[in-house]
Amino acid sequence: MLPMSEFAIRCRGLVKRYDALLAVDGLDLEVRVGECFGLLGPNGAGKTTTVEILEGLLPADGGEVEVLGRVPSIGNRALRQRLGVQLQESRLPEKLTALETLTLFRSFYDHGLDPREAIAMVGLEEKARVWVRKLSGGQQQRLSLACALVADPELLFLDEPTTGLDPQSRRQIWGVIEAFQKRGRTILLTTHYMEEAERLCGRVAIVDRGKIIASGPPADLVAALDAEHVVEFEVDRPPDLEALRRIEGVRELGQENSVLRMTVGEVHRAIPRLLEELRVQRLDLLRLTTHHATLEDVFVALTGRHLREN
Amino acid sequence: MFQSALFQLVLVKLRGFLREPEAVFWIFVFPLLLALALGVAFRAKAPDVLPIGVERGPGADWIVQAISATPGLEARPIDGDQAAADLRAGRIALVVVAGEPWVYWYDPSRPDARLAALAVDDALQRAAGRGDVHAISTREMTDKGSRYIDFLIPGLLGMNLMGTGMWGIGFYLVQARAGRLLRRFVATPMRRSDFLLAQILGRLLFLFIEVGVLVVFARVVFDVPLRGSIFAFVVASLLGAVTFAGLGLLVASRSRTIEGVAGLMNFVMMPMWIGSGTFFSVSRFPEAVQPVLQALPLTAVNDALRAVMLEGASLAQISGELGIAGVWAIVSFALALKLFRWT
Repeated sequence: MLPMSEFAIRCRGLVKRYDALLAVDGLDLEVRVGECFGLLGPNGAGKTTTVEILEGLLPADGGEVEVLGRVPSIGNRALRQRLGVQLQESRLPEKLTALETLTLFRSFYDHGLDPREAIAMVGLEEKARVWVRKLSGGQQQRLSLACALVADPELLFLDEPTTGLDPQSRRQIWGVIEAFQKRGRTILLTTHYMEEAERLCGRVAIVDRGKIIASGPPADLVAALDAEHVVEFEVDRPPDLEALRRIEGVRELGQENSVLRMTVGEVHRAIPRLLEELRVQRLDLLRLTTHHATLEDVFVALTGRHLREN
Repeated sequence: MFQSALFQLVLVKLRGFLREPEAVFWIFVFPLLLALALGVAFRAKAPDVLPIGVERGPGADWIVQAISATPGLEARPIDGDQAAADLRAGRIALVVVAGEPWVYWYDPSRPDARLAALAVDDALQRAAGRGDVHAISTREMTDKGSRYIDFLIPGLLGMNLMGTGMWGIGFYLVQARAGRLLRRFVATPMRRSDFLLAQILGRLLFLFIEVGVLVVFARVVFDVPLRGSIFAFVVASLLGAVTFAGLGLLVASRSRTIEGVAGLMNFVMMPMWIGSGTFFSVSRFPEAVQPVLQALPLTAVNDALRAVMLEGASLAQISGELGIAGVWAIVSFALALKLFRWT
């Protein structure tokens, strides 16, 4: 038997083009066995394309890909026996019951869980005999997750597993994913929810325009901002930005539309100094908020844009 | 023990169908209603008795008696104004105006009126003393198989095979593709050949029900015969079903939207609804287009079913039609597998 690789997924210089659009632009990725890894980024960043290449659903135009030590492709059934895949927005047959759906998916795999076991994992025991059409959005999403879990996979791909769900459904799905990871399995998930990545993922990679622009444990990425707090404020007239930047303790100052945001190490020292400076410049403060720095702030600091543009 | 993927995939198809009441109606009930309506509307029986009017006047009573004494004719006296109105409305076939000479007043474009004119004339001339020049006897033909309903039933069978085959497979596939279900299936170790085979098998299971129901119905209600062997009939039906399953697979091999595939389906099926001899004979079309019409798969299937049911044709006698259907089946499947879009 070959020695178990340390990595569940490795890819180097991954490239995918759609006509003129470069969807994935030389992406490198390493996911270790047993970790939950998050691909984070705005819509259209290339997350889904990357994941579908790793799943073998799309051919890459360039680069090397290795999943569980194999090269993924449409025809690689041996590899698929070991993967669980949940796709974004895939609709299960409406007039099958939850249990029938799981029995169908189970029949595709040589090994796996009993469909009833999978239904219990996602807490849908009471809905086993209910048609998919009559399940709520959150229940359908849990069933879809169960269809991936029923294979008892070594590696689970989840593409935006909680997009569009209410907070309660989201927490239920997080619980299922955490339980799966506790059994030593590997997960690659994509999301554009910061809380989701911070809660579930040991490491994340921030993807923008087909490239990874930062990666590491969420706490490290936030710490790399060298600032624990973010202060956002608005004033009545354009301020003297240079003077604001010179305030002691301010690491960075940026502007997005009328909102000024600065990252600071110690918020209780920075704010009195900010207020003093605004008084000197004779500016009226219209609004001021502060929060602990998050992955969202990392993304803004790196790209100057928000993850979810309204 | 877990069942095989193929079994599960066929089961999905059957469940999906049986849980769709509209689909059950269109496949099983609608053809019966259509056959019933057309069979009744075009039933070949002429009215048992031809109603004749005799305009009141001298000698009218004798004419009424002479006509009514003849089987198949019934006469009653009538006023002149009323006669014109009843003729126009078709309540009577012909009016005899008494006098010298007798006048037969009828619409020569109506077959029953022309028949009435011959029968009435014969009745009156005999009553007046004309004898037969030559002795005759008649022999009545009572065989079934030459009525419109007999022509229609095999055509409806063929059309139903086409409709259910193409819609049953095409619609399901495109729906699964549009909802990214096909993509999800492909992401599992499912064999793609299992999936496609399940479409065909699911289709063939219904075939026996849908064909059986219509054949039994036609036999019981209209006495439509099945003269050929059951075996030849089953072979022709099976081949027809497989051919249209292949065509459905081909039509649905690339579409990503229901609207797209619906348009394509109608484009493919429309010429065959009209030109393949379902409701009327293909021979009504001009000679120039005959080779095209004869090459259509539905024409071949209809002709084969009709020959087996009505003429008792053997497999050898319908080998030409089966050959045409077979070529369509093979070409459709080969192209569909080449073009099929899984994602």
